[in-house]
Amino acid sequence: MQAKTSPAAKIFLTIVIFVLYAPIIYLVIYSFNSGGSMSSFEGFTLDWYKELLGDTRLLIIVLNTLVIALLSALFATIIGTFGAIWIYHLKRSKSTIIGLNNVLMVSPDVIIGASFLILFTIAGIRLGFYSVLLSHIAFCIPIVVLMVLPKLIEMNPTLIDAARDLGATRIGVFTKVIIPYITPGIFAGFFMALTYSLDDFAVTFFVTGNGFSTLSVEIYSMARQGISLHINALSTILFFFTLILVGIYYLISQRGGIKLGGLRR
Amino acid sequence: MNNKFIRNLYMVPYAVWVLIFVVAPILLLLYYSFFDIHGEFSLINYQRFFTPVYLKLTISSFWYAFIITAISLLVSYPTAYFLSKTKHKQLWLLLIIVPSWVNLLLKAYAFIGIFGAYGAANYILEWIGIGSRQLLFTDFSFVFVAVYNFIPFMILPIFNAINGLNPALIDASHDLGASRRTTFRRVIFPLTLEGVKIGCQVVFIPALSLFMLTRLIAGNRVITLGTAIEQHFLVTQDWGMGSTIAVFLILIMFIIIRITGFRKRGA
Repeated sequence: MQAKTSPAAKIFLTIVIFVLYAPIIYLVIYSFNSGGSMSSFEGFTLDWYKELLGDTRLLIIVLNTLVIALLSALFATIIGTFGAIWIYHLKRSKSTIIGLNNVLMVSPDVIIGASFLILFTIAGIRLGFYSVLLSHIAFCIPIVVLMVLPKLIEMNPTLIDAARDLGATRIGVFTKVIIPYITPGIFAGFFMALTYSLDDFAVTFFVTGNGFSTLSVEIYSMARQGISLHINALSTILFFFTLILVGIYYLISQRGGIKLGGLRR
Repeated sequence: MNNKFIRNLYMVPYAVWVLIFVVAPILLLLYYSFFDIHGEFSLINYQRFFTPVYLKLTISSFWYAFIITAISLLVSYPTAYFLSKTKHKQLWLLLIIVPSWVNLLLKAYAFIGIFGAYGAANYILEWIGIGSRQLLFTDFSFVFVAVYNFIPFMILPIFNAINGLNPALIDASHDLGASRRTTFRRVIFPLTLEGVKIGCQVVFIPALSLFMLTRLIAGNRVITLGTAIEQHFLVTQDWGMGSTIAVFLILIMFIIIRITGFRKRGA
């Protein structure tokens, strides 16, 4: 499919990319606006960043969001990796388990959120930090499995046989052969889970109580009240943070031979 | 407990997860769908679902999801096609994916500014002589932002399908005298249909259940199945009716996946 790109094609691509970036650029530009709205640019200022740094409540919410993301990605990676290894060794009902694993991948967020809300209420878990953490772990696990499983399948089974023949124990095979081989998949799964958790709004919205909030939920309620430019300042910082994450993910996927883009909602 | 179980102890957390967070939630939704708002067992929710109010809601939800999917496809196919012909295609692809990593809430918030009464969109309309319009809280802005949100997920599977095409097939088609159009219609498009199907699947199902955009961008004018579920669970506290709608949404989801075939997203 290697042919020259026509000028029309180039213009089309440029327009698509421009539209994709327009809202982000818009947010970044207005984060420096000394006027108080997103409609007219009056002058350059860093006031919104200063205000942001002084907003302890919002900073705590950012911290909450990061803690939830890191913890849920960590737990999901551990459980998901073991799950993938289990699925890999399964002889029967493999496709059933994979099917169940994928249910949370294709389900609309609203359904996941609503059903988890029922679940936590019945189990008597108070809505707040733990309910949010548990649901984030829950919806991150299938992503990790989907990132690790292909690596396992791609692994040559004779590697394990050879290790056994050479006298490796079960644990030896696991730590010295399987884990090193699937490490790129594990890292990719971890980063995917991290961004999934950072991004999630709908599920969190259902299972978060009154006292606890993550950034998405907070921005939702702020946006409903009207525009405040310190959200722009926050988004600018988050955008550059995202760029760093994409960079890390890109490096992992390049080294580990994992297809770019992966799985996003 | 036998030895084999102890050896396979590592799978316990995952198996427990499947039971508690995949199987149980679906069963719970089904169970709750049989209870009315007073907590009594009844089939009233299913009867209510087949009244004009909910049927209209379902149809309009389908209609919006259909429009959103169709426009996304119209934008994404050429994008993916041109993308596959560029020199540094992986880099271009990365450029297209990066915005999808930015939190959707922030982008929706930006669109509130852009489409607002004094926002950039109206400024442009004014400048080209059309004059300012009410853009926010209209069907247009809702569909625009939804499409905006979904195109990267549509582009990815289509791009992978086009990129995986064997170039010899296209050469062969040209050698056999097919015009560019015929080659596209008879060779390229059919062979990339799999990618199109996956793209439609990953756009259509979430589009049926959008609820945050309907609030922020459409100003509650558009009600989807997702909005209705959220409303019943969090506002009116009628979990039974909310569960019934969710059960139907799950059914619809399985039918769509059956038709289009499950592939992992973006694969």
